Amino acid sequence: MDTLKSRIAAALRRVAVAALACWATQAGAGVAPATIRDLAFGDSDARGQAIAAIVASGDAAALPLLQAVLDGDVKTAGDDRVLQVKGDEAVDLLTGKTVKPLPDNLDDLVVNNRMRRELGTAIAALKLTSTDRATRLAAARELQNGAEEDALPAISAALGKEADPEIKGMLALTQASIQLASRDKATRLAAVKALGNSDSGATKTLLLGVLERKNGQYVEPDAEIRSEAELSLRAVDSRLSKGELFARVFSGISLGTILLLAALGLAITYGLMGVINMAHGELIMVGAYATYVVQNLFRAYAPGAFDAYLLCAIPAAFAVSAIVGMVLERTVIRWLYGRPLETLLATWGLSLILIQAVRTIFGAQNVQVENPSWMSGGVEIMTNVVLPWSRIAIIAFSGIVLTLMWLLLTRTRLGLFVRAVTQNRAMASSLGVPTARVDMLAFGLGSGVAGLAGCALSQIGNVGPDLGQSYIVDSFMVVVLGGVGQLAGTVYAALGLGVVNKFLEAWQGAVLAKIAVLVFIIVFIQKRPQGMFALKGRTVEA
Amino acid sequence: MTGLLTSAMADRGSSLGGRVATGGVDISHRGILYLESISVSFDGFKALNDLSLTIDAGELRCVIGPNGAGKTTMMDVVTGKTRPDAGTAFFGQTIDLTRLTEPEIADRGIGRKFQKPTVFANHTVFENLELARKADKRVWPTLRAKLDSTAHGRIMAILETIKLVPEAGRLAGLLSHGQKQWLEIGMLLMQEPQLLLLDEPVAGMTDDETMRSAELFRTLAGDYTLVVVEHDMDFVARIADRVTVLHEGHVLAEGSMQQVQENEQVIEVFLGR
Amino acid sequence: MTVGFMPLRHANGVPHFARGASGPAWIALGVAALVLLVVFPVCNLVVPPGSALHISDYWVTLGGKIMCYAIVALAMDLIWGYTGILSLGHGLFFALGGYAMGMYLMRSIGAEGVYHSELPDFMVFLDWKAYPWYWRFTDRFWYAALLVVLVPGLLAFVFGYFAFRSRIKGVYFSIITQALTYAAMLLFFRNDTGFGGNNGFTDFKRILGFSITAPATRMALFVITAAALLGFLLLGRAIVRSKLGRVLTAIRDAESRVMFSGYDPLWFKLFVWTLSAVICGIAGALYVPQVGIINPGEMSPANSIEIAIWAAVGGRGTLIGPVIGAAVVNLGKSWFTQTLPEYWLFALGLLFILVTLFLPRGIAGLWKGKAS
Repeated sequence: MDTLKSRIAAALRRVAVAALACWATQAGAGVAPATIRDLAFGDSDARGQAIAAIVASGDAAALPLLQAVLDGDVKTAGDDRVLQVKGDEAVDLLTGKTVKPLPDNLDDLVVNNRMRRELGTAIAALKLTSTDRATRLAAARELQNGAEEDALPAISAALGKEADPEIKGMLALTQASIQLASRDKATRLAAVKALGNSDSGATKTLLLGVLERKNGQYVEPDAEIRSEAELSLRAVDSRLSKGELFARVFSGISLGTILLLAALGLAITYGLMGVINMAHGELIMVGAYATYVVQNLFRAYAPGAFDAYLLCAIPAAFAVSAIVGMVLERTVIRWLYGRPLETLLATWGLSLILIQAVRTIFGAQNVQVENPSWMSGGVEIMTNVVLPWSRIAIIAFSGIVLTLMWLLLTRTRLGLFVRAVTQNRAMASSLGVPTARVDMLAFGLGSGVAGLAGCALSQIGNVGPDLGQSYIVDSFMVVVLGGVGQLAGTVYAALGLGVVNKFLEAWQGAVLAKIAVLVFIIVFIQKRPQGMFALKGRTVEA
Repeated sequence: MTGLLTSAMADRGSSLGGRVATGGVDISHRGILYLESISVSFDGFKALNDLSLTIDAGELRCVIGPNGAGKTTMMDVVTGKTRPDAGTAFFGQTIDLTRLTEPEIADRGIGRKFQKPTVFANHTVFENLELARKADKRVWPTLRAKLDSTAHGRIMAILETIKLVPEAGRLAGLLSHGQKQWLEIGMLLMQEPQLLLLDEPVAGMTDDETMRSAELFRTLAGDYTLVVVEHDMDFVARIADRVTVLHEGHVLAEGSMQQVQENEQVIEVFLGR
Repeated sequence: MTVGFMPLRHANGVPHFARGASGPAWIALGVAALVLLVVFPVCNLVVPPGSALHISDYWVTLGGKIMCYAIVALAMDLIWGYTGILSLGHGLFFALGGYAMGMYLMRSIGAEGVYHSELPDFMVFLDWKAYPWYWRFTDRFWYAALLVVLVPGLLAFVFGYFAFRSRIKGVYFSIITQALTYAAMLLFFRNDTGFGGNNGFTDFKRILGFSITAPATRMALFVITAAALLGFLLLGRAIVRSKLGRVLTAIRDAESRVMFSGYDPLWFKLFVWTLSAVICGIAGALYVPQVGIINPGEMSPANSIEIAIWAAVGGRGTLIGPVIGAAVVNLGKSWFTQTLPEYWLFALGLLFILVTLFLPRGIAGLWKGKAS
C-alpha cells in the first residue's frame, strides 16, 4: 500500500501543470483548462501528455470528456474555444457556459490512431473505478491487451481498491507486464520478485518472456533480474504443479467414488451371492432415468421447489432400481443360482431387453438432467483449480451410502441373514433363514445402490440408454480387483482405480489410460487371482 | 519374459506325465514319506502345527482324529494342493514335495482319493479308468493315444478288482455312492502309484462294501503304501498296521491300535472331559 | 438300451464309445455338404436369374457370412462345450484374422482409392507418407495368410498361458476376456493405431487378382468357406473322439481329479484355446472379403457375447449344435432387422433368457432327447 500511495503522489507531482480544482457537473469538470487546451490544440505529443495527465489523476469524472473526444463530439471553435457538442447546442469546456446556437467555425478534433489508442486505454483505466463489475471487468480486459506505463497509476489505484479476485488477477498481471517493460531497473526487479507469489499460469508466460532470447541475445539485459526471474519462475511452477496435482487427485477421488457407487451394488450381488449380473449397468441407467422423470415432474408441478428435486430423486432412484432388480431376481435369476456362466448369459439378455425398453419409452437420444442450483459452480482453491460442488456432493454421498451399507450388513438382521446365506446356504436354510426372501432382498439392495449410482451420474454426465454399458466393464474390474466377500476391497479398488486412471489419463490420454488399467488388472489377477482382499482357506471354494 | 518361458519349459519338462518309469522313489532307508515340522495356517487359523510324521514303505497307516484336526490339510500338503508355511515334506529320500505341482506329484507316484468321490461324471466307467491309466500324459501323445490290448487288459483287470465289470459302459455320474468310491480307488490303482492317500474311503458304504474294501486294502499293502484317513474305528482296527492320532494340527499319539486306544491323552481328546 | 449307457463299438477287438453327435446327424451333415458345395454354385452361377431355381447373390453372401459365424461357433464349442472355458472375447480373434486379411485387401486396392495414392485413403487423410512397419509385406498374400494364423494364435497363446497358469477360472476368466476385447476395440478405434480408426477397412477392389465383386469370386469364396466349415467339423470330431478330447471334457467336469491323475491342465487348455483362436482367425479372414468391410465394432464385447449364445442355442458339446445355432440365430437376426428392427434386441434378449432357463442343452439337446 505504501508504494502505491507514493506512486500516486509521484504521479500527481508529475502533473506539474495545475492542482485540480473540483468542477462539478460538466464534462471536463476537474480537468484543468490547460490540459483541455493541450488536448484540443496541442500537437500529438502534447495531446498524449494531456491524456496521460488525466489518467494519472485517476479522476473518474474526466471520463465523459475523454469519451466525448473519442466520439468526436469535442470540437474547436477558433483558437481559444473548446466545445462539446450536444445536438444543436454546445458547452464551452473552458468556461462551462452553454453556447447556443453553434458557431460556424467549428473544427473537428483530429483523432488519429495513436490518439484513439491512448484515449481507449485512458478510458479503460478510468473505468476501473466504476461501481459496475461488468464495466470494470471489460476495462481490465481491454487494458490487458495493451497498456502504457501511463496507465500504471490508475491500475495500481484500482488494484488497491479492487475486491473481485478475477479482476484483481487481471489487473495484477497487467501491472506486472507494464512494470517489466519499465526502463527503471528497480521497478523491473520488484515486479519480477512480486510475480513469484502468483499462482496463475499467465504469470509464467510473463516470466518466460523475461528470460527469452532474441537473435542470441537476452531480451532482458540485466543478469540480476534474470536470475530473480528464474527463482520466481520456479516458485510459480511448483505452485502450479501442486495445484495440478491436487486437481488430479481430486478428480481421481471423484471418479473413484463414482466407481464405488457403481461397483458397490455389484459387489453385493456377486461377492455375497455369487451372481454375475450383466444387467447391472442397466440398473444404474434405470436410476438415472428415474431421476430424470422426477426432475420433469418437479418442473411441471412444482417449479418453485425445483432445487429440492434431488431429495425426492434419490429415494425414487433407489426404489425403482430395487424393484426392477427384485423382479429380475424372482423371474429369471433365482432359477440360475449355482450356475454362474448361465447367469452371465441370461442377465446379458435382460440387459438387452432393458436397454431396448428404455429406448422405446424415452427415445434413443440422451435426455437432459439439470443440476439444482446449489450444485452448480465450485470451490476455487487456486487460480484455475476449481473443485465443482456437484462432485464434492457425490463424494459425500457415496461416503454416506457406503456407511449405511456397512451398517446394514453388519448391524441388522437382514445383513446377518445375507452373510449367513452367502457362506452356507443349506445350513442357513435349515436354521430357518428364509433364503428365497433373503436372496430377493439382497438383490434388491444391490440393485437399489446401482440406482443411486445412476442418480449421481445423472448430475455430472449425459443420460442415455447406453449409460450402463460404459460402467459395466469398470464395475467388474473393481470387483475383480477388490476381491470377493469383503466391502473393504471394493472401496480400495474403486478409489485406487479412479486415481490411477486419472493420473494415467493426464500422462497419456483417456483411451490409453483405460487400456493400461485393463492390462494392469489382467496382470494383477495373475499374481492374486482372488483379488486384493480374498477370503482364504476352505470356506470359499472357487 | 524369456525367463518366464524357460521356466515354463522347465516345468513342462518335469511334468512329463508318466513316462513309464521304474519307481524313481528312493526308499533305501525304509521311509517313503517324511513330514517334518509342517505348519500351515489359513487367515490366522493354524490348521497344521509343527506336524512330524514318517511312513514306511509298504505300510498301511491309518490317520484318525477329531474334525478339524488337520487330516485333510495334511493330505493337501503331500499332494501339493497347499504349500506349507514351514517344514519339509519328502517323498522317499530325494523328492521334495513342496517344490512340485499337483500333476507332477501324481506323476511321481502319489495317488489321492478325495473325501467326496470325484470321478468324471460324463464319462463311462471304462473311460474313467482309461484316462487314469499310467501313460505319457503330455498333450501330443495324448492326442495320438490309441487303446491297445495291453491297456485294455489292464483296465479289465482293475474292473474285476473293483467289481464294476457290468457297469463298464455306464456313465460314472449315475453310479451309486459306494460304486463311485470304488471307481475312484480303481482310477488310483490305474495310476500305479507307490503311495496311496485315501480320505475316508468307506464313508457311505454298506457293511458288505466296507468289508470288501478292508480286504482290498490289506492285499494292496506291502506292494503299495497306504495312508488311510477314517472315522470308522472298527474298520481302522481291521486294517491298520499302525495308527497316528492327529489333534489340532499336531501328532498326539502313534502306535498300534491297541496302544493308541489305551493312551490317556487320546481318550481325553476323543471322549472329552 | 438302458439310460446312461454309451453305445459300445468294437474296433480291432478293442471297445470304444462314440462321442460327438450321433450317426443321423452326420448323415444330415453329408447332405448339407452336398447342398453347399454343389447345389449352391450351380444354382447361382449356371441357372439363369429369372428361373425359380436360381439362388441370388444376396443369399450367397448371406450364406457365406453365416458359415463364417458357424465356424466361430464351432471354435467356441471346442473351448466351452468340451473344455468348460467360457470366453466372452472370442470376437477379438475373429476380428484380428479379419484385419490381417483386410490389410492385404487394402494393399490390393493399389492406386484406385479416392485419393489415387499407393497408400490407403485413411492414411492419406491422416497425412501419413509411408506405411508403418507393421504393414510391411502385407501386399503379399502368403504373408497376410500367415498373419491370419499367427496373430490370433500368438495373442491367444500368451494370454492363455498367463491366465491358465494362474488358475483363473469360470466367471473371472470370462470377464477378463471381455476386458481384453474391450481394450483392443478402444485401441483400434484410434486413428493413429493405423488400422483405419472407426471406419476400418472397406471399398476393397480385388483379391488375388480377381475382382472382389464378381459373381465367380463370390462363389469361390463361398465354396472355400463351406469347405473350411466341413473341414473344421471333421477336425473337431477327430479331436473330441481322441483321448485328448476325453481329457478336455474331464477338465470341464473335475479339473482337480484330472490334475491328480497326472495331467497338467495348463497345456491341454492352452492347446484347445489356441486352436480355437486360430480357427476364429481363419473364419474372420474368410468373412472380410465376403462382406467387404472390417471395423473395430467386430471387437465389441456385445459381439463376443453373441457368439456364446449361438453355441448355447445350438447345444454345447455337440459340434454340430453350435453350427446350427449360429445359423438359426443369424437368420433370425437378418429377418428381424429387416422387418421389425426395433424388436430385434428384445428378441435376442429373450433368446438368451429362454435358452439358459429352458433349453440348457440347446436344439441338439432336443433332438437327442427325441432320439432316446
